[in-house]
Amino acid sequence: MSLETNMLTYAQRSRIDKALRGCTIVATAIAIVPLVLIIAYVLIIGGGALNRDFFTQTYRPPVPVGVDPITGLPVEGMEEGDLFQVQARGGVLHGIVGTLMVTITALLFSLPIGVLAGIFLAEYPDTPLNTFIRFCSDVLSGAPSIVIGVVGFTLIVKQMGTYSGIAGAIALTFLMVPTIARTTEEILKLVPNAVREAAMAMGAPMWYSTLTVVVPTALTGIVTGALLAFARGAGETAPLLLTIQGNSNLSFNMFAPMAALPILTYKYIESPFPAENQLAWGTAFVLMMLVLGINLLVRATTARIKR
Amino acid sequence: MAEVKAVPRITASSRWARRTRHGDVFFWLLTLLFALMIIGLVVAVGIVTYNGSAGVRAEYGWSFLWGTDWNPIETELYPVSFGAWPAIRGTLLSSLIALILAAPTGVAIGIFLSELCPLRLRQPLGVMVELLAAIPSVIYGLWGVAVFANWFNDWVANPIANTVGQYVPWLAGPVAVSRGLAITGTILAIMILPTVSAITRDVLQAVPSHQREAMFSLGATRWEVIWGAVVPYARAGIVGGIMLGLGRALGETMAATMLIGNSTRIEQSLFAPATTAAALIASELPNAQIPLHESSLIGLALALFGITLILNLIARYLVWQTSRGPAGEKV
Repeated sequence: MSLETNMLTYAQRSRIDKALRGCTIVATAIAIVPLVLIIAYVLIIGGGALNRDFFTQTYRPPVPVGVDPITGLPVEGMEEGDLFQVQARGGVLHGIVGTLMVTITALLFSLPIGVLAGIFLAEYPDTPLNTFIRFCSDVLSGAPSIVIGVVGFTLIVKQMGTYSGIAGAIALTFLMVPTIARTTEEILKLVPNAVREAAMAMGAPMWYSTLTVVVPTALTGIVTGALLAFARGAGETAPLLLTIQGNSNLSFNMFAPMAALPILTYKYIESPFPAENQLAWGTAFVLMMLVLGINLLVRATTARIKR
Repeated sequence: MAEVKAVPRITASSRWARRTRHGDVFFWLLTLLFALMIIGLVVAVGIVTYNGSAGVRAEYGWSFLWGTDWNPIETELYPVSFGAWPAIRGTLLSSLIALILAAPTGVAIGIFLSELCPLRLRQPLGVMVELLAAIPSVIYGLWGVAVFANWFNDWVANPIANTVGQYVPWLAGPVAVSRGLAITGTILAIMILPTVSAITRDVLQAVPSHQREAMFSLGATRWEVIWGAVVPYARAGIVGGIMLGLGRALGETMAATMLIGNSTRIEQSLFAPATTAAALIASELPNAQIPLHESSLIGLALALFGITLILNLIARYLVWQTSRGPAGEKV
């Protein structure tokens, strides 16, 4: 005797179960396709664009294939169509230098803020302010990067009167601080309390035990956070567009416009010359290797810490 | 005669050391100072965008948000005017498309990763999802422009515009060559998928296993367990994850700038070029000549910041509430 006549039989329920479970598998497969494609395209096209010039030269304006770059006259033995094919030579050394300089400067700015704030959040957990500080760091990491770019633009570029690497570094600081603060906090919380108690039992004041016992125990984790922040900063484009503007020449001057890899990717793909589009893929390749490499490295070390 | 124990002399420095608990007060103050700096950074963003947009707020007030004309260059026919509606509409529509595509897929992936996936696959798939969240957005944009756009035009945009589009005006052609709202929304969907699925997986894994066991013991199938006992338990957290994804889509700049076409005219069709707030700021702020133009763009940034701040507030609260477990539960 069944209580309800409209109840599904077990066979029907089993079919629904299979169908919907199948749906989740299909969804996963559908989502993985474009993601695999993106990585594959960058690896294949971008990897093909790499050569020695790519890493050792800066931007050079594209020239027609069949033209001598110095005299501007057609080269002997060229074919008719060659005049219309344009070849860009040169590489992205200026972008690599710019990205490294701006991101490392930003890391130097954000490390003290992030690490000390992380120590505060982890070591003084009872402060009523902590929830609010955590929320603020979430807001910063969730804020659209273009808004941070606008802040860098009005706060620094407008005041200094010029785009500059230092403005880019300050803008990136806004985005890197929350990552460092949160990872530092998380990792310090993993340090067993027995360690702190042991240090205190030896008569060490709290600051001494924190700096010489707790932080060194968690140092790998803090370095991890710094690396993750570096990866995030190196990949940001929008704030840099408004602060360092980009530069076609190799420049080490932090107070003048600089180039950066993500900006070059953006500029080269908008370019009408296929040879420059090729450079865009190469730049994307370097950028992706940098970001994914750091992430995998971090993952490997954190897996070791947790064990 | 009992020897008198030497009493340590109370010097000024030892008194000072004791009063500051041997330097702990300084350390507390120092770390507090840097922690407050995080609050300071958020306040700085708020103040700078608020002050920077003073001009446009004085000129237009709230009507800035729904003004439909964006015309930064004075011509004889058209006076200069700044209305944010084209940008806001583009932002909302592209994010909405992204949300419609990514929310069900992302939740399904989260369910698969947390509940159904064979243990052997769980780790590599999970790592992959997280790595994808780390890929710089300019790379998504690059792929979108160079590869996906052609495919999308041939297989999605043109077929739809030629069939359904004949009757439904907002799906009508002509299809702009690899630029438009629809393709931007699709790329944004791909970008926010990792966010949605990673958070869904995390909140589902936080559901206590007795929740599942109780339902299994009633004879439910695996899907009934998931849909009847696990997902409802984590509903708030899943919604929170979707909202964080939405926040990312709203503020995404590079992919939108590269794909949306940067046209401030309002066109009915989803396949026509449009603009988003972030794309408009990125493309026009460096070249803004008149103060009001600059101020309008900063006003847009303020609006964007406000929206994402509120979204984040609600989303974090929902995620936090779910992963904390029910009130009063002791593990």
